[in-house]
Order: sequence, then C-alpha cells, then structure tokens
Amino acid sequence: MTWPDQRAPPQGRLSVKRTLSTPRRPWEKRMPRIRVEVDGATYEDDVEPRLLLVHYLRERLGKVGTPVGCDTSNCGACTVLLDGESVKSCSVLAVQADGADVTTVEGLGVGGTTHPMQRAFHEEHALQCGYCTPGMIMASLDLLRENPDPSDDEVREGLEGNLCRCTGYQNIVKAVRRAAKDMREPAEREVTP
Amino acid sequence: MIPAAFDYARPRSVDEAVRALADAGEDAKVLAGGQSLMPLLRLRLAIPDALIDLGRIAALREIRDDGDAVVIGSMATHHQVIRDPLVRAHLPLIARTTETVADPAVRHRGTFGGSLAHADPAGDLPAVALALDAVLLVRSPRGEREIPAAEFFVDWMTSALEPDELLVGVRVPKLGPGWGVHYEKFHRTAQAWAIVGVACAVRRDGDSVAEARVALTNMGPAPVRAGAVEDAVRGRPISDDSFRSAGGHAADGTEPPSDLHGSSEYRSHLATVLTARALAAAAAA
Repeated sequence: MTWPDQRAPPQGRLSVKRTLSTPRRPWEKRMPRIRVEVDGATYEDDVEPRLLLVHYLRERLGKVGTPVGCDTSNCGACTVLLDGESVKSCSVLAVQADGADVTTVEGLGVGGTTHPMQRAFHEEHALQCGYCTPGMIMASLDLLRENPDPSDDEVREGLEGNLCRCTGYQNIVKAVRRAAKDMREPAEREVTP
Repeated sequence: MIPAAFDYARPRSVDEAVRALADAGEDAKVLAGGQSLMPLLRLRLAIPDALIDLGRIAALREIRDDGDAVVIGSMATHHQVIRDPLVRAHLPLIARTTETVADPAVRHRGTFGGSLAHADPAGDLPAVALALDAVLLVRSPRGEREIPAAEFFVDWMTSALEPDELLVGVRVPKLGPGWGVHYEKFHRTAQAWAIVGVACAVRRDGDSVAEARVALTNMGPAPVRAGAVEDAVRGRPISDDSFRSAGGHAADGTEPPSDLHGSSEYRSHLATVLTARALAAAAAA
C-alpha cells in the first residue's frame, strides 16, 4: 500500500474513545478464552482480542525464539506455522489461533537434537546476526512441504517474504537445498548427537 | 506496536455475521485474512471499535462452478485460489495475478474478497476484477445486492459497500476459448506493491485482436479500465506496432498519484510501456 501525499490516511473515529466499562453488544467479551497447541503443549488463556500472536508466544508463553522484526508484516522474522502453514505471527491475532496448532522454531529440535533445516543453516553459514533465522527456517519448512526438491530460483521465490540484511541470501539458498536433500534421503546421513 | 482495544466477534454463519455487523455500528471493521488490516491496526491508522472475524465461516471459503461463471467465496485465501482447479481452468488471469500478490505466508492468510473490499489502489486483484467484469455479491440486513466491479471501487480505499454490508462472494464470468491473459506488474522488490500494474485479456481472431480488456492498478485513487486502449487495439493485427500504439493511450484520462515510489508523470509513462507488454503477452498466451 502506498500513502499518496495529498490524502489523509484512513481513520476510524479518532475523537470518541468508548469507555471499557459498559458492555453494549450481545457478543461482547473483552477477554475471550483461547486454547492453542504450541510446539506440542496445550495452553489455555484469556486474552485481549487485540493481542497479536507473536506477543502471545513471546510474552505469555516465553517462546522468545520467535522475534518481532519489522512489525509491519514485511520482514518475515516472526514466521511460524499455523496448522502447518507459514504465517507472519505479527499479522495474526492470538484469538484467530484459537483451536489451532502452532509450531515455532523452538518446536523443531526434539530432545536436544537439531532439525535437519537447523543443521543445514549452521553448516552452510546461512546466518550472521541470526535475527531473521527463525523466520527463514519456518518459511523454508513450509516451502519444502509443497516442494521437497526446489531449485535455487524456487527457494528464492519461496522465501520472498523473508528479509535478511546480512548474508545476501546465497548461503540461505544453499542451506535450504541441503536440508531438502537431507530430508528426502535421511538414511544417507549419519545421525549426529 | 499494539492495536487500540476493540470488541471481537467470531460468527459461525453468514447470518450471524450480518447481524453482528449491524449490531456493531459504523465504527466496526470486518476481519477477513487481516493481512492489510493488521498493519493498519498496529500503526493505529485504523481504530475500529469492533472487529467481526469471518475466519470460522467455512461456507465463505467455497469456490464453485456457476455455469458460465465461477463464484469465489469472499474468504477463499490467495493460496487456495492459486491452486483451485476451477480458477486455473476458467480464470487463469486471477490465478496468475494472485501468484504475484505479496509472499507465501501472506497468501496463506490473505483472501480474495478481503483484497477487493479493502480497495487499495495498489492492490492487484481489484484491476483484475474490473478487467473480468466481476460482480460482487453482498449481504446486509436489507437482503442481497449485486455490485458490478465497475461500480464497486469508488475512491482511495473506499468501496461501494455500506457499513452494514458484507461481501460474501464474487461471481466472475468465465473467459471462453480464444482468450489469452496476462498481468504485467512493475515493482522494485519481489514482495512489494505494484508501482503500476496492467491486467489484460485479449481475444484473438486469426491474426488480429477481436477484443481486449485492460484495467490498470495504481493509476488513480481506484483501479481504472483503460477504455481508450481497448478501442485502439480492437480489430488491429497482432503486432508489436499495434500494441505499442494502443498502449500509448493507457494513461488517457487517469490521475496517477505521486509518492515516494514514483511521480505521476513516471507512472503515466510506465502505464504505456507496461500496457504494450501486457497486450503482447496476452495475445501470445
């Protein structure tokens, strides 16, 4: 979206802020209860409707492996899987995730092991500062779900919604292709402790 | 950044949603996929006092055959639309354009109907709806209403929807045999909004153009149909010369915005070049 200089941005009614005291709609509930499965554990919480999924994960559940990046749904750092599909968790309300299954980067390694995608990012030097990495990894897993053997170009297209300002992407592409191979042919690879 | 507080309703049916929207009054917003609304809420450019979340109304996600048209439920996600066999077979312009919208994570959540109701002049799908003569299907407490795309996009981020009206689906006439389609989009980075976009469908008759439909993205406060281009190319031989000369009319009567992505003059020039390319690509498709 672009903001033409000569026009004011769209606004709700800015002047009148209703007090929070009086319910006036039959369906009004200020703190709906949600039930979410996150990285294999089930959580039930009362949340404000305006709470973003990323803030719920970080501040309520302590899942700080998912960072907030741009906060405007451009950068993809906060990408998680919602019922198996990649989403930018800064652009989803926690109430929208009610009843859903969420996987964050913290849910990938089981019992101290690393996921093949995490290993490939490590081994191919696919990160420098690491801020974009959780989102890159989750978006890459989503890509491989639909396309288990992507070309370089397909990896670049699949990760178009994830920005990295360090690596220039070359090693990220290498890592995703390496992980794809490892995940297709797990038997060929020795299991690392 | 945290949105201002709002009430939240999650209706289970279209009837419930229509009732909730009517209850909520004119400061409510409908939440579809949220991929445009959520940034506006976080930046507090929008401060609605209630959100009606359509996410649990399965009926609104259906895409069905309707004889000579396809009806796309307003909550069908971009991801779903791209892969839908009916859309791919009969409305390839929608499938291909949707592939260029944002990025995979956004396409998992963002919806066809949401993109139209949001009426962002930089959005790709409004121009496509306009080029394909889509009809928007609307429900309110007063009943049902059909709005042709040509009357739906009123102004900058403003549609013809009344505050209590809900977009439930979009009926798009199938393109018959002989049509080629193309969406030409100019943007600086992969996931960016179009600086200018051209939605184009061309019906060939031997070596000439029998009929063309052209609509432009981001060439004004709302998407516009390039009638002058359609007239100029009708009956002309399929050649780069015809397309260049017809494309020269693309900016006729438009008022493209100036912003940090480009001046109004730049957009006008871009429209002529992209329209010629879009016509050629559609004719060759």
